[in-house]
Amino acid sequence: MGQVISELKSCYAFVERNFNLVKRYLGWEIVFMVYNIVNALTIGFIGVTQGRERVLYLVVGAMIWGFLSILFHEVSESVSWERWEGTIEYTFMAPVHRFTHLGGMCVYAIGYGIIRSVVLLFVVALFFNLSLQNANFAAALVILMVSSLSFIGLGLIAAVLPLMSPEKGSQATHIFQALLLLVSGVYYEISVLPRWIRPLSVVSPATYTLRAMRAALLEGRPLGQMGNTLLLLLVIGLLLIPLGLFIFNLAEIYAKKRGKLKRSG
Amino acid sequence: MNSAIRCIEITKFFYEKRSGSGSKGGLLGWGGKKRRLTAVDSLDLEVKRGEIFGIVGPNGSGKSTLVRLISTLLLPDKGQIEVFGLDVVKEKFQVRKMINRVSVDAAFFKKLSCWENLSYAARLYGVPIKEAKGRAIEILKTFGFQEGKINQPMENLSRGMQQMVAIARAFFTSPVLLLLDEPTTGLDPKSKRQVQEFVLKVREGHNSTVLLTTHDMDEADRICDRLAIIDQGRFVALDTPENLKLMVKGEREEVSLEEVFMELTGKGWEEE
Ligand SMILES: Nc1ncnc2c1ncn2[C@@H]1O[C@H](COP(=O)(O)OP(=O)(O)OP(=O)(O)O)[C@@H](O)[C@H]1O
Ligand SMILES: [Mg+2]
Repeated sequence: MGQVISELKSCYAFVERNFNLVKRYLGWEIVFMVYNIVNALTIGFIGVTQGRERVLYLVVGAMIWGFLSILFHEVSESVSWERWEGTIEYTFMAPVHRFTHLGGMCVYAIGYGIIRSVVLLFVVALFFNLSLQNANFAAALVILMVSSLSFIGLGLIAAVLPLMSPEKGSQATHIFQALLLLVSGVYYEISVLPRWIRPLSVVSPATYTLRAMRAALLEGRPLGQMGNTLLLLLVIGLLLIPLGLFIFNLAEIYAKKRGKLKRSG
Repeated sequence: MNSAIRCIEITKFFYEKRSGSGSKGGLLGWGGKKRRLTAVDSLDLEVKRGEIFGIVGPNGSGKSTLVRLISTLLLPDKGQIEVFGLDVVKEKFQVRKMINRVSVDAAFFKKLSCWENLSYAARLYGVPIKEAKGRAIEILKTFGFQEGKINQPMENLSRGMQQMVAIARAFFTSPVLLLLDEPTTGLDPKSKRQVQEFVLKVREGHNSTVLLTTHDMDEADRICDRLAIIDQGRFVALDTPENLKLMVKGEREEVSLEEVFMELTGKGWEEE
């Protein structure tokens, strides 16, 4: 019990630190936020001439993608950020289990992602006067939570790359994120994609998240009818997280063998 | 068991890219021609409990690498390291609870305030926040650090002040083994003295063990019980500062540690 409490306390160290960083980089936070909002709005306006339904379709895509990419980005960039600041050695030599460290980063990412998404939702609702009477919010929330698992898992796997190769690794995670955007059907049905690229859509968890979210928010479909999709997302998440932790562990060993943690001195 | 650190034939290699193969480094920097460099070359070392043990040596001689190996940040390619009888590879978690380290570059979140950085460290080491603040301020004051600066972002502090905060960060978790990698580089003579006094005081009070690297021979002479001189990853001499001086003294009346250093590391000025 005492062990669990002390791990939770260390976990909080990362959450607090990151929110402190948000405060100190407030200028940039506002820039990202404005950019995100404008992005969602412009995409929403594309659909205005095609009716309410279309706007909602696009806006939901923008919002869900926004949330998932925050999760992915915060987790995958946690290593490269600390390397850039030079604090990575101090974090890695602290008496904190890697599981707790990464868990703290994930908790922060979820909290931060929720705050950003709520602000976005608020502004978008102002502009489009969305009607969501049909929406099944409880179902949407469950889908979001289950999907978070797989995105955290993907983030953990991607976080490994900067650990192994400081600069190129970070570049690779950005390309990976862009690919997810392309293949997951964020603003269009995946059936419009060329046939040869569609297998990627099938393996991207975001594809299922978006499909289920739209069903819940646009059609108000109850959870019971989405059992298969939910189960699939859950399984992907429960596979990806341990896999991510495992790979991270291997990468940490590699980094310590090759001296990749240090910056200078 | 009386040793704080025990290194048995440890060796650390690094792989450097051959110059000119920069762009041809292959995917993620793999592949490409590499050259092996021996940063630490089958070193044996035993540091006793409560000792202040110094390591001096030219740039690139392997001091920081040795410190990193002990602080679980690097894995040795050969040999074994024990900290208070615990293996740093197999029992890294237990070892981490007992150690802390100061590096030459004061590594902080630059935008966060001094206190925000320290409270992050306190949480990681499980020091209660209130207690941590009191202790940090107390330590910083002994270095002549103005208390008011504690809420300033790190980037607004001078390099020397950042270094003081780095030292406070290492000490306020009350480690039993302190790994100080050039802790006083960049400090003015007075602050340097204060840090040295502090190290001595901590050793007295908490019976901590200190491993210290430095380029300041007077500092090494003043505070180290024993001193190793390292060159190209190997110890070329290891003894008390007094004995080291006696060793190279020869016909001369008196020699300084600096002269010892010059003579033993082969970097001295050849005389006609
Ligand atoms: N992470 C690393 N990757 C590759 N080479 C490294 C790494 N760390 C150290 N080296 C190399 O190992 C050798 C020893 O470096 P180290 O930093 O231990 O020297 P040092 O004695 O601390 O030097 P200084 O007095 O300048 O701090 C150097 O040749 C250095 O280039
Ligand atoms: Mg060094």
